[in-house]
Amino acid sequence: MKNKKNIINIIIIAVVLVLLFIIDNNIDEYRRKIINLCGIYVVLALSLNLINGETGLFSLGHAGFMAVGAYVVAILTLTPEMKDMNYYMQPILPILKTINMPYLPALIMGGLVSAFFGLLIGFPVLRLNDDYLAIASLGFSEIIRIAFINLVPITNGALGLKGIPVHKELIWTWGFAIATIIFMFQLMKSITGKSLNAIREDEIAARAMGVNLFRKKLLSFTISAFFAGIGGGLLAGVLGTIDPAQFKFALTFNIMLIVVLGGMGKIWGNVIAAVVVTVLMEYLRFLDEPMKNFLFQTDGLPGLRMVVFSLLLIVVIIFKKEDSKFSLRKLIGGKKNAES
Amino acid sequence: MLRVDNVTMQFGGVFAVKNANIIINKGELVALIGPNGAGKTTLFNQVSGEYTPTSGKIFFDNGSGEKDITGMRPDLITRIGICRTFQNIRLFKKLSVFENVFIANNINFKSNLFSSVVRMPNYIKEEKENIKKTQYLLEKVGLSEFKEDRADSLPYGKQRRLEIARALATDPVLLLLDEPAAGMNPQETNELINFIQEIKDEYKLTIFMIEHHMNVVMNISDRIYVLDHGELIAEGTPKEIQSNSKVIEAYLGVDEDA
Repeated sequence: MKNKKNIINIIIIAVVLVLLFIIDNNIDEYRRKIINLCGIYVVLALSLNLINGETGLFSLGHAGFMAVGAYVVAILTLTPEMKDMNYYMQPILPILKTINMPYLPALIMGGLVSAFFGLLIGFPVLRLNDDYLAIASLGFSEIIRIAFINLVPITNGALGLKGIPVHKELIWTWGFAIATIIFMFQLMKSITGKSLNAIREDEIAARAMGVNLFRKKLLSFTISAFFAGIGGGLLAGVLGTIDPAQFKFALTFNIMLIVVLGGMGKIWGNVIAAVVVTVLMEYLRFLDEPMKNFLFQTDGLPGLRMVVFSLLLIVVIIFKKEDSKFSLRKLIGGKKNAES
Repeated sequence: MLRVDNVTMQFGGVFAVKNANIIINKGELVALIGPNGAGKTTLFNQVSGEYTPTSGKIFFDNGSGEKDITGMRPDLITRIGICRTFQNIRLFKKLSVFENVFIANNINFKSNLFSSVVRMPNYIKEEKENIKKTQYLLEKVGLSEFKEDRADSLPYGKQRRLEIARALATDPVLLLLDEPAAGMNPQETNELINFIQEIKDEYKLTIFMIEHHMNVVMNISDRIYVLDHGELIAEGTPKEIQSNSKVIEAYLGVDEDA
């Protein structure tokens, strides 16, 4: 029976890959970019979900780790000539100038460097709990961004980096998305993943059952930073240009939105929410533009589409709460656990 | 087995536990009783590592020599063989009954993260062994039919049993039970008495227990310690304790006319 399940999974993955290949060859640039972004957000949402949803730690430092991954990939894949063109204010560090790598090893390096940062930051930060952890991780992510603005010989400062070799093939983003999904499922199925869940449910009890809290939290934080780095690197590879302003707190908020909409600790929910939110972000752009219909007339309200997400968030939270009167489960008349 | 040596716990100016000396021998079932707020749970928290004593030492011998465990990290104390349950049940509420017990097996896993994610043969073998052990424990405590249910959907008495099963999964030598019969009706209490004796015999456990139900305490304990206002006021067999004037005083108050 178990083998049967495995075979089904392999078939699904194969079908998805073939589908990606077909889409890849028959699509315009605009749609291709959206689909690529969907894949990236799947990676990012799952990595934030690992720390916030599965381990129950309220961390808001994701944008910082993404910035690390994005810059590592950008610096490693830019050709020396392009680097000369980019760094016209101050020359790049000579060591970094000659380094050049293919995309895949650069992405992995981006993840690893980001994971290393996660480890370093996690050491002091994970001794805190709840709100304190949120503030401290947010602070560190801002520190990374500010440091990137000022480390001009390495990052080219606020000017950002342009001309990063673009890899538009869907297989890059969705390949990593699928790999991340599989990794997360395997991790959560293992005893390590279950221990993380135990920490989320009750730290004191988890500790009394022999779970080394600090080590497990650090592990979760580091893995999460690794995937955030990969996500950031993929972003650099898809967009072709990056600058520190992209990695503001709002980016963490966007990913947080996906995780909350998809459900904390629900892998498929997060995948679906990542796709839905990314697509909506694009297709709701008309709301930001000047509108004229029989009820009202506006001259364009930038940010109106975010109101839709806020409403969506409120609705989801009201309906999702299990003891809520409007609990979805109760409406559907679903599982027995909803009764209690 | 366990030796609490002159341990004091001070919170500000309050002595929660004052110069406590307790010795528990292998295979014994020792009860700790006392009025509310006497410091019983504080003492437990010191033994299990939640609190570091203000002064004094705690020694534990799991069969391989006596070790100083004063102020050791709780997870390490669990690893050397002391496991506890909680007064106000602390289950992993949203996880299934099975997962609750399975997680407590985490100290048996030797594989690293990589082999557990890739599901290497050595990890799968370990996992199989621990699933078997979990299923056995659940059967033992009579919860195997609920194993897919969420832990917080169980009735109170069963949650208590689940907590004990979870503690047993860590292969303890010394089991600390913090009010296992709290909130149980007489029938459940009787079942619990039998259950505790059963697991004590099967797993060759030493048990240290806080309990208010005198029925339970007098029936199954070998020795009893009495704590009042942070100080140990009596120690002895159930019979001795029942007739100890200090204990009666602590529980019922002094008759001032006498």
